[in-house]
Amino acid sequence: MTRRRRNPLGVVILAAIGLAFFALPLVGLLTRAPWTDLPHLLTSEVVLDALRLSLISSLIATSLSALLGVPLALMLARAEFPGRSLVRGLVLLPLVLPPVVAGTALLFTLGRRGVIGQPLNEATGLVLPFSIWGVVIAATLVAMPFLVITVESAVRNLDPKFERAATTLGAGRWEVLRRVTLPMIGPSLAAGLLLAWARAFGEFGATITFAGNLQGRTQTLPLAVFVALEQDRDTAVAISLVMVAISLGVLVLLRDRWWRAR
Amino acid sequence: MTGLKADLGVWRGEFAIGVALSIEPGQTVALLGPNGAGKTTTLEALTGLIPLDSGRIELDGKTLDEPNRGLFVPPEQRHIGVVFQDHVLFPHLSAVDNVAFGLRSRGSGRQAARRKAGEWLERLGVGPLADRKPAEISGGEAQRVALARALVTDPVLLLLDEPLSALDATTRVDLRRLLADHLSEFSGPSLLITHDPAEAFLLADQIHVIEDGAITQTGTADDIRLSPSTKYAADLVGLNLFEGSTSGGTVTIGGHQLHAADTATTGAVLVTVHPRAISIHRSRPEGSPRNTWETTVLRIEHYGDRVRLQLGVPLALTAEITPGSEQALEIKEGTSVWISIKATEVDLQSQ
Repeated sequence: MTRRRRNPLGVVILAAIGLAFFALPLVGLLTRAPWTDLPHLLTSEVVLDALRLSLISSLIATSLSALLGVPLALMLARAEFPGRSLVRGLVLLPLVLPPVVAGTALLFTLGRRGVIGQPLNEATGLVLPFSIWGVVIAATLVAMPFLVITVESAVRNLDPKFERAATTLGAGRWEVLRRVTLPMIGPSLAAGLLLAWARAFGEFGATITFAGNLQGRTQTLPLAVFVALEQDRDTAVAISLVMVAISLGVLVLLRDRWWRAR
Repeated sequence: MTGLKADLGVWRGEFAIGVALSIEPGQTVALLGPNGAGKTTTLEALTGLIPLDSGRIELDGKTLDEPNRGLFVPPEQRHIGVVFQDHVLFPHLSAVDNVAFGLRSRGSGRQAARRKAGEWLERLGVGPLADRKPAEISGGEAQRVALARALVTDPVLLLLDEPLSALDATTRVDLRRLLADHLSEFSGPSLLITHDPAEAFLLADQIHVIEDGAITQTGTADDIRLSPSTKYAADLVGLNLFEGSTSGGTVTIGGHQLHAADTATTGAVLVTVHPRAISIHRSRPEGSPRNTWETTVLRIEHYGDRVRLQLGVPLALTAEITPGSEQALEIKEGTSVWISIKATEVDLQSQ
């Protein structure tokens, strides 16, 4: 048995306060929970619509983040090209920008009168802002940076000797990527996907700005909470509990992979 | 099979290599040199991981790289088997899947590849480890798996990059024996890259000494040992190295016997005596060094502040003394001298 090194008392106390910071709001939520009405509140059409929309849009946003974010991460980690720092800055911008600004930017780009949105609308009749695709685009924009930074640092830390060995064994570039690079960064990729999904699932500001707030079409769970707070606090608390339960469930379920990636 | 003919020119900033190699099918050539001499660059150029700046690589009648004619075959199409220093097995794959990797890349079906990989693991004595991950096997076992991975695709050229240097002494002896067996079975040309003279002497038919990106000497183990042409060769390669057998501290080399302090080792051994561990006297030395005899100085070579003496029968030894001793002892070519070696300086390694 090895004895763990002990932390100074000050660290323990500050850590406890830090923990309280996370736990107390949850306690507040639980004490206000309308337990007896919960089944009734949670099966309302508004809540079920929002739940379905949230799950579907966050999963699509995560898939899109993987499809586009992994190649971006590979380029940032491995390719030498001018303006790479600028590209990295652009990709990470949504991490620091208020989501409402991201939403506004999307509105002026892909909105009905937007630079791309208008010709798109005239050509196909598609209106992104008030469809599930608007929700997906908003969520992808804010979620993908989490995947990109996680995967980029994993690729950067991957010793190229393995890929070189694979090359001498006859594997072409795609094959090296598929059979060596991606499996070797698997745990980090999983962590990145999880972070991206969590961010997409909780997305509020960019969604409400860009996609609007239409029940059944663009109203996700966070938007439903926001609306309910104005009218029916019990429903707001109930929906919040659902979000806490789902998020906590996912985080705990995937904890092992998460830790291994660190 | 026509073997390997390579004339490698690579410039990388300050560093450049210019190395010409020719290896017959079935022949093993060692590239022996210190770190930073250009061994790794040579390997990378041969495998195609870096392109040549000048020269040409021809393997089995096919040109792989010739910048003057704009020819370059990418590494994945070269069919060269490589055993890396620290095995470089894929950590996410089991031993059998590591070995099957190259077969799969070259179009074998999953089942066929795994079956053939399993057979090679058996041949290298690691069959029972087929389903283990590299992190779950020892360094020696991993290097066996790596050798299987390099040989299973029946490569046109086999490259061994310091294959034994990451292993501990006992494992190294086992693996060196295994390597010797497989090198003699392998029908293509093999190139062994190493900084260990013993490894080169025991495994290779011919040795190239490489220093500062160029080959400074080529020959058999004895050629280089007896007349090293550079200071490096004299220092690192110019060891007195013999194959012999030992029992209870008595070492037999050819018809000659030496005493070693190591009484525990028995059987076939590699015997090394450092040239500086040999004392030179003009008359029979006092006291009782166990190893002492009279011999003749055949040749004298000067390397700066050191003088190397080639000694004659009964054992072709090289001794190293200072220019001061050379003068004091009045040593000339043909002079008769007495030599002595302490038993503790006779180093034995099991073969």
